[in-house]
Amino acid sequence: MSAIQPPAKRVWWKQPVDRVEIVWIAIALVWCLIMFLFMPYWHVYGEQNYSGEAYRVNPQDYVAKVNEFVEEYTVRRETDQQIPVVRPPAGGDVYLLARLWQWYPILELEAGETYRFHVSSADWQHGLSIQPININFQVLPGYDMVLNVTPTEPGEYAVVCNEYCGVMHHTMMSRIYVVDN
Amino acid sequence: MQPQFRTCPDTGLVFHRPAENLIKANAVAAVVFLAVGGLLGLLVALTRWPAVQILNAEDFYTVLTGHGVVMLLVWILFFEVALLYFCSSVLLRCRIATPRLGWVAFALMIIGAAITSWAIIDGSSSVMMTSYVPMPAAPSFYFGLILFAVGALIGVFMFFGTLAIARDEKTYEGSIPLVTFGALTAAILAVFTIACGAIILIPTWLWSIGYISEIDPLMYRLVWWGLGHTSQQINVAAHVSVWYAVAAIVFNAKPMSEKVSRGAFFLYILFISVASAHHLLGDPGLSTEWKIFNTSYVMYLAVLASLVHGLTVPGSIEVAQREKGHNKGLFEWLRKAPWGNPVFSGMFLSLVGFGFIGGISGVVMGSEQVNFLIHNTIYVPGHFHATVVLGTTLAFMAMSLWLVPVLFRRKLFMPGLAKWQPWLFGIGTALQTFFMMGAGTLGVSRRHWDMAFTGSAFEWTYPGMAYTMMALNGISAIIAVLGGIAFVVVIVGTVLFGQKTSPAEYSATRPGILLGPAESLSGHSHVGLGVKGFPAPGTFVLAMFLLLIFVVYFFVNYGYLASVWRFS
Repeated sequence: MSAIQPPAKRVWWKQPVDRVEIVWIAIALVWCLIMFLFMPYWHVYGEQNYSGEAYRVNPQDYVAKVNEFVEEYTVRRETDQQIPVVRPPAGGDVYLLARLWQWYPILELEAGETYRFHVSSADWQHGLSIQPININFQVLPGYDMVLNVTPTEPGEYAVVCNEYCGVMHHTMMSRIYVVDN
Repeated sequence: MQPQFRTCPDTGLVFHRPAENLIKANAVAAVVFLAVGGLLGLLVALTRWPAVQILNAEDFYTVLTGHGVVMLLVWILFFEVALLYFCSSVLLRCRIATPRLGWVAFALMIIGAAITSWAIIDGSSSVMMTSYVPMPAAPSFYFGLILFAVGALIGVFMFFGTLAIARDEKTYEGSIPLVTFGALTAAILAVFTIACGAIILIPTWLWSIGYISEIDPLMYRLVWWGLGHTSQQINVAAHVSVWYAVAAIVFNAKPMSEKVSRGAFFLYILFISVASAHHLLGDPGLSTEWKIFNTSYVMYLAVLASLVHGLTVPGSIEVAQREKGHNKGLFEWLRKAPWGNPVFSGMFLSLVGFGFIGGISGVVMGSEQVNFLIHNTIYVPGHFHATVVLGTTLAFMAMSLWLVPVLFRRKLFMPGLAKWQPWLFGIGTALQTFFMMGAGTLGVSRRHWDMAFTGSAFEWTYPGMAYTMMALNGISAIIAVLGGIAFVVVIVGTVLFGQKTSPAEYSATRPGILLGPAESLSGHSHVGLGVKGFPAPGTFVLAMFLLLIFVVYFFVNYGYLASVWRFS
């Protein structure tokens, strides 16, 4: 029962290591380094990254910015609640607000254009989950997160909240329309 | 001197009476909470089965909070405190340090768990285990957790104290056993974990009673996950120790190399506690360098450690089996293993499940960019049920099936049922992890009452396969819970009705000094075992198979990622 006994030799660190262990450690270490280097590699050559750009923002100020954005670029209203559909100029800033229990507003973006996409919360933590491509970010109050987003395929996308935010969490869902330009 | 020590006639282990009683109390509390948490888990799985949806939204979130707290913190930590006492006092044949304080720790943990449980049950704290600010819970929710953590910390320091006494009173010769070294690793990680818990939960509690005006949500997540994630790394160190212990107990296996195995544990101590970053890869505002350095446990050196244990634990079993004569081909040692012995089958299923499912999925989803595909989907619970349930819980169950009869001097109750227990629990849980990870890959959220979004202003339907997988997850959960019930029946039955073996006889004389095995060690290659200087060729082939799956799965994920919207 020697794993539950002291090592047989008092100088156990001098026991030679079996070749099988040395070979495996070498192979495993190489794989670990490949995985480690693949992350910076993807920052250079991959096209799905987040730079870490974010700004501290007072939630009220962020809400005001979103309202300005909505006023300026609303093209129509949808659903019984008359939620505005906002189509910002191609390549411009986009503001998305998460709040209990709604994403605001609905966005209409052009395929192939790159937007400065801001997202923040007015209250609790939320999760930005774009379906069906299944891309997910954390949304925090007090932080204006900025992503340079290029929607590639036209279509109707769902914006799901995937951070638990209270009892009506499951109703917090919206749309992004991606249209051909 | 009072008669305090007894030597177990079956195992040769030496029990110090106060330690024995503390181990019993903590283990029994652990099993009680496991039973409660398991039933809550069943309700969660049955609610997420869309055609069943057994709970309403409010109850679902309450039950899910309870399931998380009871399982991830309460059951695991009670068992780990018992394990720490076992690995110090029993394995080192040493009196336990400050046994009275052990009862204070036990009381604090029970009271803390009860206070937090009550805050959850009364509906005021359905905030999930993570209790992300600024969503508020009742002050008692945080306060109970703080008491619980203080209790656990006392238990950890008693472990250190017992180690110091053993060294001082020379109860063993040479170095501490490998299993105790693994437990020491777990205890060191526990200190870091509980410190993180204190640093974040005490201010949050003060915030909940209005003394502090604001807690920054990003800071909360950073420090809270120092508690939330590292606590699972305590589990890893603990269940790897249990694997080594079971290999020693069932096969009389000796570690292939003390140096390699201890070195791997040491890598855990150095690098494994930085994994808070795993939860922050999709968060605003942290630098890329910070994310890459931390999410990779510093160039994956802690992953390397797990890969090493993944070879050396089954490798030591293979060598022991080959020495017994099961030396034919690559896998005779495995075919002739005692699959009907639940202590072994539970441990081996834990090893395979943790490595192939939990390990691979965890590292891949912890890659900075792949995480965007996984974050907050039900893939995440799929992954951690493979590590914490299939890995840790199943290993602890296997250990209990051996330890409880030894502790209570009773024969195992319903051994026929016990034989099937690891298989039911292991296969049910493994299926659950596959179905949750599958549904998560299709975009289904975690912590979500209704994947059909009933009552939303919009409509969105997940693929039919996602619905099928959530239904299959429910069915698999029933299988796993049957395995869990079997465990509780066997353990409780053993404690209450198991046939008594010889009564414990305590003696006042100190036990003899614990010695290492007599044989000399010079590696295995000279014994002529295995193939071409590889004493464990079968294990090596299995390890390469794991690596192959690992590599393919890693690049499949990056390949899919390359096909979605571009963002930077």
